[in-house]
This record gives sequence, C-alpha cells and structure tokens, in this order.
Amino acid sequence: MGEFLRVFSDNRSIFVDGFLTTIQLFALAGVGCLVVGTLLGAMRVSPIPALRAFGAFYVNMIRNTPLTLVFAFLIFGTPKLNVNLSFFTFASIALLAYTSAFVCEVVRSGINTVPVGQGEAARALGMTFTQVLSLIVLPQAFRSITPPLISILNALLKNTTVAAGFAVGEAGAIQDILSELGEKRTPTLLWITICFLGLVLPLIVAQRALERRWGGNR
Amino acid sequence: MTTRRTATMLGLTTLLFGAAACGAEDETASPATTQPGGAPGTNKAAPVSDKCTSSGATFTPATGVDVAGSPTFTKIKTAGKVVVGVKNDQPNLGYKDTDGKRCGFDIEMAQLVASKLGVDPAKIEYKDIPSANRETAIKAGEIDYYVGTYSITDKRKADVAFAGPYFIAGQDLLVRKSDTAITGKETLKGKKVCSVTGSTPIQKVREEALTEPANISEFKTYSECVSQLVDSQTDAVTTDDAILKGYAAQIPSQVKVVGKTFSVEKYGIGLPLEDKALRDKVNDILAESFTDGTWQKIYDGTLGKSGSPAMPPTLERY
Amino acid sequence: MGGQPVTSVLYDMPGPRARRRNRAISVGASLLILALVAYVLWRFEATGQFEALRWKQLTLPAVQRELRDGLLATLKAGGLAAALALPFGVIAAAGRLSDHRLLRWPATAIVELFRAIPLLILIFFFYYVPLDYGTSIPTLWALVLGLTLYNGAVLAEIFRAGIVSVAKGQSEAAYALGMRKGQVTTLILLPQAVRAMLPTIVSQLVVLLKDTALGFIITYPELLYVGKQIGGRAVYGFPYIPTYLVVAAAYISMNTVLSLAANRLERRTRRSFKTTADVVPPPQTGDAVGGV
Repeated sequence: MGEFLRVFSDNRSIFVDGFLTTIQLFALAGVGCLVVGTLLGAMRVSPIPALRAFGAFYVNMIRNTPLTLVFAFLIFGTPKLNVNLSFFTFASIALLAYTSAFVCEVVRSGINTVPVGQGEAARALGMTFTQVLSLIVLPQAFRSITPPLISILNALLKNTTVAAGFAVGEAGAIQDILSELGEKRTPTLLWITICFLGLVLPLIVAQRALERRWGGNR
Repeated sequence: MTTRRTATMLGLTTLLFGAAACGAEDETASPATTQPGGAPGTNKAAPVSDKCTSSGATFTPATGVDVAGSPTFTKIKTAGKVVVGVKNDQPNLGYKDTDGKRCGFDIEMAQLVASKLGVDPAKIEYKDIPSANRETAIKAGEIDYYVGTYSITDKRKADVAFAGPYFIAGQDLLVRKSDTAITGKETLKGKKVCSVTGSTPIQKVREEALTEPANISEFKTYSECVSQLVDSQTDAVTTDDAILKGYAAQIPSQVKVVGKTFSVEKYGIGLPLEDKALRDKVNDILAESFTDGTWQKIYDGTLGKSGSPAMPPTLERY
Repeated sequence: MGGQPVTSVLYDMPGPRARRRNRAISVGASLLILALVAYVLWRFEATGQFEALRWKQLTLPAVQRELRDGLLATLKAGGLAAALALPFGVIAAAGRLSDHRLLRWPATAIVELFRAIPLLILIFFFYYVPLDYGTSIPTLWALVLGLTLYNGAVLAEIFRAGIVSVAKGQSEAAYALGMRKGQVTTLILLPQAVRAMLPTIVSQLVVLLKDTALGFIITYPELLYVGKQIGGRAVYGFPYIPTYLVVAAAYISMNTVLSLAANRLERRTRRSFKTTADVVPPPQTGDAVGGV
C-alpha cells in the first residue's frame, strides 16, 4: 500500500502536468464543439440546400471515421497546407471537429422536438428570427438537449486520452513516461484511473440528476 | 437518400483505389543499390530504395558446433531453426521491406550469430517484439535471443542475460540536411525536438532543459518524428544515433546526423538469464567478428551508409 | 431525411424574396466550400502528395496485402469483441434488472465503472499489467477484452432500456396470468425488446469497430497501425496522406454499410405490429461518440 502511494507522491508533478493538459484540452475542445456543433445544427435545419448538404456530409463523414484517424489527418495533413500550429492546438481542433458532429445531431433533434406550432405562433405574433430562437425554441429544446450533451462532454473527456498517441503529453502519456522512469505500470494505471474517475464522476452525477428532474425527453 | 450516401462512399473508395493503381507508371527509376558512403547527390524525387540490400557479408553455417550445457542451444539444434526477436521499423538497423525481406545491422548480427551456431540464416524465424515485451518474450522462451537496439542495463540484467556489447550507441540529433544552426545538444534552445513518447532520450531533453517544454513533441514511432522533421514541423529528432543513422542512410539528401553523442547506450544480445554457456559462446562469436573484419563489413554496408564511421566496441563478459 | 419539412420551427415558408436570398446564400456557400476544397487539393499537389512516388507503395501487391491484413485484423478484433460484449451485456443487464440487491448493486457498479474509465486506459490495463507480473497477453486480446468490457457495459444499458421500454401492460398481463418472472422475461418481454433494440445495438457495434483503431497504440496490427507503417517509409516520401486517405475510405465504407443496416432495421421495426416497444434510442448519445 505504501508502495502504491509512493508511486503517486514521487511523480506528482508528472501526474499533475498530464491531467492539467487533459483539462485544458477538454475545456478548449468542449467550448469549441458546443459552438461549432450548434452552428452545424443550425446549418442542417436551414432552408439553404448547400448548407444542409455540407452539414449532412460533414456529420456523416466524421461519425464513420475513427477519432484516431481524424487526429492523424490533422497532425500529418495540415502541415502540408502550410498551417503550422502547436500540437496542442491540433489536438484541440481534432477533438473539436470530431465531437461537434455529435453535438450537431443532438442540437438538431432537440430543435425538432419543439412543436412547429410554437414557431408558427411566434412568427404570427411578429417575432424576429433571433427572438424566436432565443425566447421560444432554445428554452424548450434545452431540456431534451442537455442530458445527452453532458454525456457527449463526458465522452470528450475520455477521448482526450487519444491525444497521447499524437505528441500531446496528457494523461494517456503518463504511463509511458513513468515506465521509462522504472515505475511498474500497474500502480501507474490505477492512479490514472482514479484521477479520471475523479474528473468524470461530477459529470455523470450532474447528468443523472438532470435526467431524473426532467424525466428524460426520450 | 441513404442509398445515395452509400453510393458516394463507395464511389470515393473506388476513386482512391483507382488513383493508387494508376499512381505509378514509370517509377522504375529508383536506384536499386546504394553507393557506399551515402552519396548525397540524389534529388528528392529518387531517394534510396526501400528494398532490402544486405551489406554483402556472407554467413555460411558452421558445422560441428556444440555448446555444452546450454538448454537453449539444445532447443535450437533439435528444432533445426532459431527464433530471433527483432524490430521491423528501423531502417538499416532492424527493418522489413515491402517484400517482407529483413535487413539491417541488427538483423545481420542476428544472422551472424545464427550461422556460427550452426543454423542456416535462411532458416531464421523472425518475431517482431515491441520494446515493452522484450524481457517477457525471452523469459517465456518465445524467442531464443533478441537483437534490436537492446540497451544493456543493470535493471534488465535481473531478468535477462546480455552478450556484448556489439555496438556503442549514444543519444544524438537528426536534423534537416540544410540546417546549420543545430550542431549539438547545446544549440537546441528555441528549437523543436521530437522523439518517441516517454522514451529515455526525450526525458533527458526535459531533465537537462535542452529546449523549452513547449518545443518538445512525442509520437508513437520514429518515422512520424522524421516525417515531421522533413516537413519542418520540428527541428530535430533525438534518440540513439544508431537509429538516426539508419534514417540518414535511407534519405541522405534530406537529413543528417549531427553533433557528438551525449549519452552512452550499449547494445547487447538478449539471452535467457540462466544460460551462461550460450552467453559465453555468443560473446566468442562477437569477439571473432570484431577481429576478422566481419563486424566492420556489416557496419559499413548498413549503418555506415549514413557517412559516419564506427569501430567495434569492447566486450563486457560476465 | 429526404426533403425539407414544409415549415420548420425556426424557419417560415420562404416567400419570393426569401427564396432569392436563400438561393444567393446557397450559391455563395457552395462557392466558398468549393474554394476550400480546391485550396486543400492545390496545397496537396504543391507538396507533392499526388506525386507518383507517394502512391507507388499502394500499387505494390505486398503493400496491398499489408492493408488487407490490417483490415482483416480490424474485423477480427471487432468481431471477437462483439461476440463477447453481447453476452456480457446480457448478463450485466439481467443483473441490473434483478430483484435481489446482492445481484443488482454489483452489476450496477460494474456497468458504471466500465463506462467511466476511458477505453484506452482499459486497454492499457489488459496489456501492461500482465507484463508487470512476468507474462504477456497478445495485443489482440488486450484490445478485445478492453473493447468487450466497455461496449459490454454500454450494451447492458441498451438491453435494460429495451426491456424497460416494453409497455407495462404486457408484463402486468403476464403476471396476472400467473407467469413467474423468468417466464415473463423470456416469453413476453425479450422477444419484443430485441426487435426494438436491434438498430441501437448495431449502431453500438459501429462504435466498437471504430474503436479498434485504438489498437495501434499497443502495436496491434490493425488497419490504422498498418497505415502508419506504410506511411512511415521514408524512401517513399513519408506517404502518410495518401495512405490515410485510403484507410479513411475503408473505414467510412465499412461503417456506412453497418449504419445502413441499422437504419433499415430501424425502419422495419417501426412498421412492425409485433411489438409495442418503441425503438430504443442510444441510451446516452455520449457512448455513440466512441473514440475511446
């Protein structure tokens, strides 16, 4: 047991650095994918065929591609396009691009749960597009969007470990570093799991609470 | 709608495969053999071929070999073949080309040992063992011995035995051919450095603060690092110079090895822990190759093509 | 998803001015997208991605065989994991639905635990822990076991939601007729639930197949790993892009075919009269995200 605790305390800085990077990736990609995902959702329901087609194409491509391949393209493809950003930025973009496809679908189905009559009534009353969106549609869609959204963010948090394979030193890379230092992998992995559970648990608890309160729209 | 999607996807796939198929009409221009000394005159479009070429050293199986008291040798003799653990992605060191042929410095050392043990090198069974599994594979008897940039460390000696060293490597830097700014580890400040995730060389870079932490990148394979180097996404690849030389020998017009080595890694042949008889025999084989010129011939024909010379090391028997 | 609905909640029926505006935006957007695609293709061309040398490897039969073997390895891992995850899911779901607390709590704990741990870490556990203790397990099994536990836990949730979604009246009537719980479950609930669950299960299997791509991190020679190796050959100019394009095409085709099967199943279930259960949605969309 003492040995187990020692593995953590000796290498505390490595753990902290790794998980700090994880949280940073999560925060950046999380906020970004919510924005981009909503945009994509708006595109998919818009009356403009070109935007609808692009949104549908993007979502279908991404949903059928492994996340690791999205990463690989970004890390090895974009330099050819003369885009030179840090690997951290690339990782955030990869996670963002991947997750926003799923956010898009949730937002789209959420918007579609609001009865058409609500929108028609609002427009009949003379509300503008923005008013309809912000006062009528989004508040009602919120209930059915939020729990799946939290679970998507949950998955995003876990997906950040994939960045370990692509030059970003976050939680998934910790065990490689520590084993080169001579630590046994079992306690290392156990500690990584514990830290992850610590991060993931609040999200799961929040999601369950919300589902129970709002009865789950599905 | 969904059928249209399928059609698009299948169309894309066929297109890509078709493009691949028509991609290569006149590419027979790649030179099949390399000039000794790593001639840097080739242009970017026709680099050294991927095809495995041996150094030219021949290995005739010895006859009447016996290693008394070696269970591993008995196993080899009865099986009539030898199972060797190797790497498959280190050019000119432990490499498997697109035809499935193996070549490289480590491979030929393995062939040398096999032939002196009385086994025809053509009968060697190669197993690709990743670094993490080396000790386990030897202990389990999955392989008879391991030759693949295997550094001798006291920690590992608790699990396996080593014959050698047969090569002294050290941490070094691979940079672009045109780069004159980086000449050694002191000149890395402000430059981007790449290596394999968590490997000892990159940890050394971190510990000694040879460059800023933001400039360090780690990938799963060296090839990815070298590719990033060629694309100017990173400025230096760091690991054992043996591995770097292998790449430099493959694409000498694009990269080069610089500086002096700033660590010492002794490569040994991994053997079962308790088999002293075999260890002594392999050490004898190595000693012989150092003096009769075989080692030099193997080196010059593989890693030596990078342009950096080397000499046989001193054995450390125990 | 064929045509656009006549009115949607956000957008009104477009009048003549709106139609003109929409058409203008449509043309503008299309041009923008085409310009982007053209830029990407141009940059690829400029850096020689379409050079014959970079695609040469893909014409060699040996390399094509490597790719094919990678594909087979992916399918093998996916198939094994699917075959193991399904029974695991069934048993875990049965545990969660049990009346006995002794069965229910451990089952719930297991399911929640395996859904909270990142899949990559699970795979690491299976691969590296045996090494600590002197044995090794083949990379295939480390991958398969990790996938099994994670997707099995998700499938358990799907199964549970499926059984629960069968209208209560069915089970009430069955109990009223004097059936025991076991009979109710196997004769009444399961047959109806299975039809409802099928599309979601297939979607989860798509996720499982995509997740095999994590195998490259522990050097299991699946399709992405093989692609990396092929792309990493310096002599051919580090053809990562061409190789990844081919690999992406393979994954997208495989998964599209599976997703189509799922869609078709979903449509047929909705039209069927044999079940009162609604098609079970993915229990939590997050698990369909896959990746880890």
